[in-house]
Amino acid sequence: MENGINIEGVSKGYGKVQALRGLSLTVRPGELFGLIGPDGAGKTTLFRILTTLLLADQGRATVCGRDVVQEMMRIRQLVGYMPGRFSLYPDLSVEENLRFFATVFQTTVEENMDLIRDIYVQIESFRKRRAGKLSGGMKQKLALCCAMIHRPEVLFLDEPTTGVDPVSRVEFWDMLDQLKTQGITILVSTPYMDEASRCDRIALMRDGQLLSVGTPSAIRSSYTHSLWAVRSAAMYPLLKDLRAFPATFSCFAFGDTHHLAFREEALKNKTEDQLKEELTAYLVEKKHTDLLLTKIEPGIEDCFMSLR
Amino acid sequence: MLRYLLEKEFKQIRRDAILPRIIFLLPVLQLLILPFAANFEMRNINLGIVDQDQSLTSRRLTDKVLSSGYFRLSDVAPSYDEALQRIENNTTDILLEIPSGFERDLGREAEVEVLIAANAVNGTKGGMGSAYLTQIIEQFNAERQGLATVSRVMPRFLFNPHLNYKNYMVPGILVFLITIISGFLTALNIVSEKERGTIEQINVTPIPKALFLLSKLIPFWIIGFILLTIGILITWIVYGLTPLGSFGVIYLFSAIYVIAFTGMGLAISSISSNQQQAMYTAFFFLIIFALLSGLFTPVSSMPPWAQTLTLFNPVRYFVEVMRMVYLKGSTLSDLSGYFGAVCLFAIAFNALAVISYRKKE
Repeated sequence: MENGINIEGVSKGYGKVQALRGLSLTVRPGELFGLIGPDGAGKTTLFRILTTLLLADQGRATVCGRDVVQEMMRIRQLVGYMPGRFSLYPDLSVEENLRFFATVFQTTVEENMDLIRDIYVQIESFRKRRAGKLSGGMKQKLALCCAMIHRPEVLFLDEPTTGVDPVSRVEFWDMLDQLKTQGITILVSTPYMDEASRCDRIALMRDGQLLSVGTPSAIRSSYTHSLWAVRSAAMYPLLKDLRAFPATFSCFAFGDTHHLAFREEALKNKTEDQLKEELTAYLVEKKHTDLLLTKIEPGIEDCFMSLR
Repeated sequence: MLRYLLEKEFKQIRRDAILPRIIFLLPVLQLLILPFAANFEMRNINLGIVDQDQSLTSRRLTDKVLSSGYFRLSDVAPSYDEALQRIENNTTDILLEIPSGFERDLGREAEVEVLIAANAVNGTKGGMGSAYLTQIIEQFNAERQGLATVSRVMPRFLFNPHLNYKNYMVPGILVFLITIISGFLTALNIVSEKERGTIEQINVTPIPKALFLLSKLIPFWIIGFILLTIGILITWIVYGLTPLGSFGVIYLFSAIYVIAFTGMGLAISSISSNQQQAMYTAFFFLIIFALLSGLFTPVSSMPPWAQTLTLFNPVRYFVEVMRMVYLKGSTLSDLSGYFGAVCLFAIAFNALAVISYRKKE
């Protein structure tokens, strides 16, 4: 338990709203761990408890083996936190922000340059620019640099890619891969299911609880239903008809197709092909044209939707 | 560590688009404009005269009224109704009607009535104007009867011999400068860190909270002192006013006062989550403190309950101290009661700040 995170039965409520309900989780040292869940799942609350900004109502948590309440000050030296909202000084320049946060941790930029160099070179040409005038992707890079400048052992990144363009998002995850090679434990939250595959392990989270924890592939393979992508000329009536089909377990709209899962019982005495033909006949009868049915592998989002 | 925190604060203040200008324009404008604008001396009261007598005596009365210096002739109307119209469209503040047969009736030693009608929309002007006017008419009456030299009151104004309004206004305005800077800018500054979320980033660092707050207070202490000095210089250059007492007393009192008000700023910042709330709360107190400070209305002419309220107003004490040091040359020992009061405020406000911060934890 060198620089891992251990959470035991943590609960936190705000008035009537229960943000975390007895959540337990272990993040191993050096792991890139993803906390995946929609807005309001309690991700930020969990981060704030782990970074000593908030006290839990119940339960206890340790970061690097240190209690988040009793050894609060020690933890603050060991962790880096990048809040979901950009929260550096917009009226200080890139260089000044970096220097300020280095000083606050009683270190210097030069001392830790090796750690952030690969990220910093991407924003170095803007070093005299005020942080408030940077583009979204640049701000993220600067915020990551500032969170890293004191060489933390654990890094907390709260929705670092929300509101960032797709290219910068990919770049950002590449940077995290690089940081992982330095042995830093990274806990990152995201509402984007497609980013889950970039993590070593993930936890699916909803309503203050964990639905499932494991490697992305383990979570995907735990999905047992037969999954199909269905498309036709009229998508909305199609969704309603698919849900009305007797063998349907669930059906959700996913971009330009609907993902349909068959009931497991339905496949006991029929093959998938038989079921597919039955469905096609059913949809033709419902006057759907341009039909397309393909068997697909489940993604993280399919798993998330099936965990209810 | 504190040095870097302060460096950051000063950089931010300097880079703010408006703040540095306001900080330094405020004292200059307040000191240059306010003493002239907030003038309570009754001059230039617009007087309308309806002289229906048109005699030598009536003209003598008119001349006497106008030569008093309080009035400016705005209108000579043939009838009361026409003169009243001038009051209605606000070009006349007060009117004096002299009835026909004024001279004749006076000559017969009969009682003669003149009419004074005052526009009481501006109560002070109307009230003071009619009082002055009555006084002048009485004097005129006495002179006419040859009693003019019987008795005259000779007032002597101590500490401000010419009853120069500016002499007691200007030291009071200096107090307001320091109040605004130390109390309200501090509150707004801390709340803006909350608003931008930067306080979160600070909170996860090992900086002790006390040190962070100190880095917020010190710049405003320094700016407050610079402003006080600028204010004292302006007072000297523009109004030729230097304190009879010592600068040491002024600066010492300011130092404690500033600590008291930054404590209040802290308390406001801890209960507010955005700058609007902080601004509104600050204004709420600023206006009450200003009205109950004795700067505009003397505390002694307030109703008793309001006088009691002023005891809880730190601005009141500082305004009085400033006036006493400037005009009377009061010393530290004369002012020991005031020093005690401001120390209590410093302790109370800062305790309030600490308590309200604790609650949030």
